[in-house]
Amino acid sequence: MTAVMNESRQFTPELLEEVNRIVSLFPEGKQKSALIRVLHLAQAHFGYLDTEAMDYVARLLHLNPIEVYEVATFYSMYDTKPVGKVKLEVCRTGPCMIEGAEPIIAHIEKRLGIKDGETTADGLFTLKSVECLGACGYAPMLQAGESFHEHLTEEKVDALIEEYRANPVANYMGLK
Amino acid sequence: MSKKLLLEHIDVEGIRSYDVYRKQGGYQAVEKALKGMSSDDVVEEVKKSGLRGRGGAGFPTGMKWSFLAKPDGVPRHLLCNADESEPGTFKDRYLMEKIPHLLIEGMILSSYALGANQSYIYIRGEYMFVMRIVEQAIAEAYANGWLGKNILGSGFDLDLAITPGAGAYICGEETALIESLEGKRGNPRMKPPFPAVKGLWQRPTVVNNVETIAAVVPIIQHGGDAYAAIGIGRSTGTKLISAGGNINKPGVYEIELGLPVEEFIYSEEYCGGIKNGKRLKALIPGGSSVPVLPHYLICKTAAGEPRLMSYESLADGGFATGSMLGSGGFIVYDEDQCMVRNTWNFSRFYHHESCGQCSPCREGTGWMEKVLHRIEEGHGTMEDIDLLWDIQRKIEGNTICPLGDAAAWPVASAIRHFREEFEWHINEPKLSQERNYGLVTEKTFDAQPA
Repeated sequence: MTAVMNESRQFTPELLEEVNRIVSLFPEGKQKSALIRVLHLAQAHFGYLDTEAMDYVARLLHLNPIEVYEVATFYSMYDTKPVGKVKLEVCRTGPCMIEGAEPIIAHIEKRLGIKDGETTADGLFTLKSVECLGACGYAPMLQAGESFHEHLTEEKVDALIEEYRANPVANYMGLK
Repeated sequence: MSKKLLLEHIDVEGIRSYDVYRKQGGYQAVEKALKGMSSDDVVEEVKKSGLRGRGGAGFPTGMKWSFLAKPDGVPRHLLCNADESEPGTFKDRYLMEKIPHLLIEGMILSSYALGANQSYIYIRGEYMFVMRIVEQAIAEAYANGWLGKNILGSGFDLDLAITPGAGAYICGEETALIESLEGKRGNPRMKPPFPAVKGLWQRPTVVNNVETIAAVVPIIQHGGDAYAAIGIGRSTGTKLISAGGNINKPGVYEIELGLPVEEFIYSEEYCGGIKNGKRLKALIPGGSSVPVLPHYLICKTAAGEPRLMSYESLADGGFATGSMLGSGGFIVYDEDQCMVRNTWNFSRFYHHESCGQCSPCREGTGWMEKVLHRIEEGHGTMEDIDLLWDIQRKIEGNTICPLGDAAAWPVASAIRHFREEFEWHINEPKLSQERNYGLVTEKTFDAQPA
């Protein structure tokens, strides 16, 4: 039984064009290679990857749903559960830790009233500590959407939170 | 001033754009190769240069290229490994962000050398903003005739694209990278067959690091011999070092291999010394996977020779008293840092990043994380140190890919060199919650019981 999909649960024509462009980067019949990037698009568009979103991507790329599920659950950037509009991903690995990542995480927890991994009640922010993001010389740092925010201080974090509160578009990783 | 081959024009305004890059002599190496050299000539220059893989393994690039199988009628592929995820390492990001055309030029030269007509750059998903920069540069290269059909009328065709991962350290391992590029989970493959025979889509494939591919540009421009004249012994040329931790001037530096470690840490040209006037406690010279060195083995080897920034000198003494150049992820620790906490932090990283295929790694990394956490929290016992030693030994060498080794070595080296700090945590659980241990005592190394 295939339910009729809600229109908001489909890609826009612009996104479908982008999918075609991504698929065209690979040889005929190797469209599975486009999966990881198309899942980024799907997550940005749908907010997170539920079964319906993954099945939609499977149909787009002519894959079995299981091929999409196993990828979506392997990579740490994909969310298979709802998250806030803005994900604050703070690097917690060695070089960031010794430059003060832990106090930054504690400050955000206090500031937003949530623990690591949780989402604020208004659905605006998710805090997530993550492994090395390749900014070790500019520690401590966090990623929000496609942006890296480096050399963090508590003041900078406060300003950032206010900025995203006013304009919460940071989670659109994968969309131009 | 050290000779700069990769970062020579890094401060030129607008070097990210095609026009400025071209004006600074960009793409001249492609002109030289495609107009006057055969693909074998290019391979020969790279062999002569002595260039070794800059991603961490240090395998000679020319030799790796010569292993590529060339069956008739089967396409071959060059893949650039831009999955930079080794803690402490951020040099490839710097290169791609600042001077993306250098990588593209290197990809053209290397693809030509290998007879590859469809090449890919696989970049970690978190570097999406860098991917946009490289994608823009690729479009510029197409528009100016450096990519596509019949480049410079040479008859050589090349299509180049960049594609992202989605958060998985393991995809820096070349067979996991290939799996991921095929749109699958990043589970490393059993070898053989090696990628050189069956790689991407079961076709012959070479995977090289960003910096390795970029280094082919100056090698072709100035010749393999000129490149080999720089450096020391079998460590030829220059290397990008990404320096972080408790230093005054963190950042990416291009050094001539053979530079004394002491000069790199303390001179104003590079790290500028330890922050806040503190003393140096420990160094991880090549990314989190390589053995940590205690303060008395950093500037001098166990034999009393000056320690140099080279593959050989950093490895001098083996794992007993040496380490590795690795990826060039240079992490400096001052006297206030806790080696137990740091080792626990890295174990958590490897546990998080284990793909889960091999039991020793999947289970062992979690055990190490737990045991280290309880020692750090003041609940450890002396037997825990032996237990850790036992776990890491049973992971090392018993997994499909080197992630297992990479998880084992930091634990082994921390116990080897900082055992008294581990014991102090166990004997002084209260005190260890209040302050850090400080510098370890200088000692001659006694081998661990097997």
